[in-house]
Amino acid sequence: MSTKTEYKLIGGYPQDMRNSIKKVEATRKKRAGKVLEGMSLKEREEVLNQCHPDFRPGGKRKIGLGLNKGNIAPNEVADLIEAHPLVDPKKINLKKIDHDVDLLIIGGGLAGTAAALLANDGGVKTDKILLVNKLRHGDSNSIMAQGGTQVADAPEDSPPIHYLDAFGGGHFTNKPEVLKALIEEAPHSLKWLVDLGVLFDRTEDGDFVRLAGGGTSRKRMHACKDYTGMEEVRVLRDEFRNREIPTLEYCPVIELLTDPTTKKVTGAVIWEMETGDYKVIRAKATIMATGGFGRLHVRGFPTTNHYGATNDGVVLAYRAGAKLRDLDTVQYHPTGAAYPQQIIGLLLTEKLRSMGAQPVNVDGEAFVYPLEPRDVEASALIKECYVKNKGVPTPTGMQGVWLDTPLIDVINGKGTIKDSFPGMVRMFERFGVDMVKDPVLVFPTLHYQNGGIETDPLANSSIDGLFVAGEVSGGVHGKNRLMGNSTLDCIVFGRISGRTAAKYLKKNKTAGKLSFKHLERYEKLLKDAKIKTNRKAPMVLPDYRGKEALERMLDIFN
Amino acid sequence: MAKEKNIMEKIAHANQSVTKGIDPKDVKHWAKIYIMGKVYEVPADLTIMQAMEYAGYRFIHSCGCRAGFCGACSTIYRMKGEYKLQTAMACQTRVECGMYLVQLPFSPAEKPIYSVTKEPYEGNSFLKYFPEIARCVSCNTCTKACPQDLEVMDYVQAALRGDFQRVAELSFDCIQCGMCALRCPAEIVQYNVSQFGRVMYGRNGFPENKALKKVVKATEKGEYKKDFKNLLGLNMKQSKEAYKKQQATKAKFLKGGKK
Repeated sequence: MSTKTEYKLIGGYPQDMRNSIKKVEATRKKRAGKVLEGMSLKEREEVLNQCHPDFRPGGKRKIGLGLNKGNIAPNEVADLIEAHPLVDPKKINLKKIDHDVDLLIIGGGLAGTAAALLANDGGVKTDKILLVNKLRHGDSNSIMAQGGTQVADAPEDSPPIHYLDAFGGGHFTNKPEVLKALIEEAPHSLKWLVDLGVLFDRTEDGDFVRLAGGGTSRKRMHACKDYTGMEEVRVLRDEFRNREIPTLEYCPVIELLTDPTTKKVTGAVIWEMETGDYKVIRAKATIMATGGFGRLHVRGFPTTNHYGATNDGVVLAYRAGAKLRDLDTVQYHPTGAAYPQQIIGLLLTEKLRSMGAQPVNVDGEAFVYPLEPRDVEASALIKECYVKNKGVPTPTGMQGVWLDTPLIDVINGKGTIKDSFPGMVRMFERFGVDMVKDPVLVFPTLHYQNGGIETDPLANSSIDGLFVAGEVSGGVHGKNRLMGNSTLDCIVFGRISGRTAAKYLKKNKTAGKLSFKHLERYEKLLKDAKIKTNRKAPMVLPDYRGKEALERMLDIFN
Repeated sequence: MAKEKNIMEKIAHANQSVTKGIDPKDVKHWAKIYIMGKVYEVPADLTIMQAMEYAGYRFIHSCGCRAGFCGACSTIYRMKGEYKLQTAMACQTRVECGMYLVQLPFSPAEKPIYSVTKEPYEGNSFLKYFPEIARCVSCNTCTKACPQDLEVMDYVQAALRGDFQRVAELSFDCIQCGMCALRCPAEIVQYNVSQFGRVMYGRNGFPENKALKKVVKATEKGEYKKDFKNLLGLNMKQSKEAYKKQQATKAKFLKGGKK
């Protein structure tokens, strides 16, 4: 047994990567402040077709049953949709109700937390709300958002300009009225966050710092250093705790409940992970805010997502009869870490490119406008590595391109990187790389679920009693989301869903009956579609246990 | 076609160790670590979190974002032969030979209730809600325990002085893992103290933003309604044209920038 590393590392990098870094350094001065021109719509289309994982053959299939039968979805998603419930409904006693509430919120990221606050503002009593979390309150993709939140509040900007940027960025496939709701509510949402104490980056005179993002035609990104989502979550969660709204942690929802005749969603069954028992929740209204699906590792990509991002909400709502949309596209973030091994897939925020970092190939050449929409930028990086063969190979066999981070200080002055990206600098430092001095290696990583449960401008799903907010919803971003519109989506539609649910509760005073009738219907659909499988869903958590350990695993308690 | 299909397969193959778990056949270097006292041999290139998974743990707690933002994977360890207890985030720390480690999934800390919108912006409110900060003996244990390398003790001192801005600046990168509070001999819950400081400073420490106020007002008055109506009325071809035109203004508006 040896504990020495095989490669002699120089400042965190092996010699062959160092050689390439020298070439990056040699061209840095020439590249500073100059960027290649952006692609035309036609060029964008070409590179997408050639290199984007969504456009390449294989990897997807038609959904075989239900309302979205025939729609295309990644195999990993279709597998979960075409699956049986985790538990036999007959084994669950629905007569004993453990939590009887007006409003059940599933998922405690930005969307779920904002929903709770606005429902409370709208008249739902705190003790009649229950927020359930798979992990801890706040463990979510929201808390990992780095880049910022888009709000068109600069004098040269306006909400309609923001709308058109997002509509074009989504390849004109967004649901227009839903997108309009997002943009229109954005300024109010920003004001709300500031009033609750969110510390956005400021200039010396107290104005907001506003940055550009991929696909934006104005500077409207409001960031909190590179901890934007964390700061927003911290503040909303603190307000939530101050109001003493009940919450349960480590309690994933494993099935929704519906009224057998009206088909309304009437509650859920949660599974307590620590003890293994289940609890029954009755609710008059339910908000689904479970987030995305990065941990499905679509097409074998690493992911930026948190441990619980396993598509549960989409699977559960579909079984209960909700309509889905835009499941066919997946957002790959252009710049995930490709080196070192310990952080492969983790997000390197787009804000790095907003502030001047450029993607550069093995020979130190810039090859793409740094701020194309994400799908285009990601495709260009894949093309550079696998078509043009100008990638930088890593010791684990990956290919990546450099993101020339030292350029940020060259352009904006010394110390900018440390001030603006403390989280990122810290992360690389922990693993031996100094991103102030050296570029970092990147490759696209699975980042965002563009589609989901179809929503409308008031956060209604297509079924009674179920509302949706955040990444789990589908429609607002169409087939591609722009940077800074996801935290905005969570905050805006979190707020809207809370408001809508509060109004709904004023008219709907009873929950209805609790049943698994929808599962009977779903099992019949599976049978009619001749889908024979042992698969069970939702996934709840991924499994990364080592092969050797798994081979000897005994399940003697069951 | 066949060539590019190959691309996707190549990418999936290159990522296997991260997406599917590690095959011992691919491991060249090993480390011996002790999880709750029991010895395991794990690949030396992994984080504590990845190494525990390799050893057979499937996390149902002590694991959240896996990227250093959520503070769920607090870990305490000691190196073999040393007496010093060290703290780390399992997802942000590489394993080292001879680590004795255990995770702390939860810190049962007290959090006072306040209203950020009603609380007056007065320095002594720190002591009102967190009287225990007066017990700080300046031992600096909290600072040493912080996996984010924050100057925790300094912000506790700033809180004692009622300096909201200083508390907010020094504590901004806090991931609320709870390690400071668990090590503090004075029973101070530092990360709650700083949360209070930040929201108070965020709400009260800046002049009202005029540009934002203007847009909020204009939205309320319905000043964008006409533009939205026009935009939503465009057909696909017109939308594309308008988008192209707008994107062409980029160069004018994205140049330079305030720091």
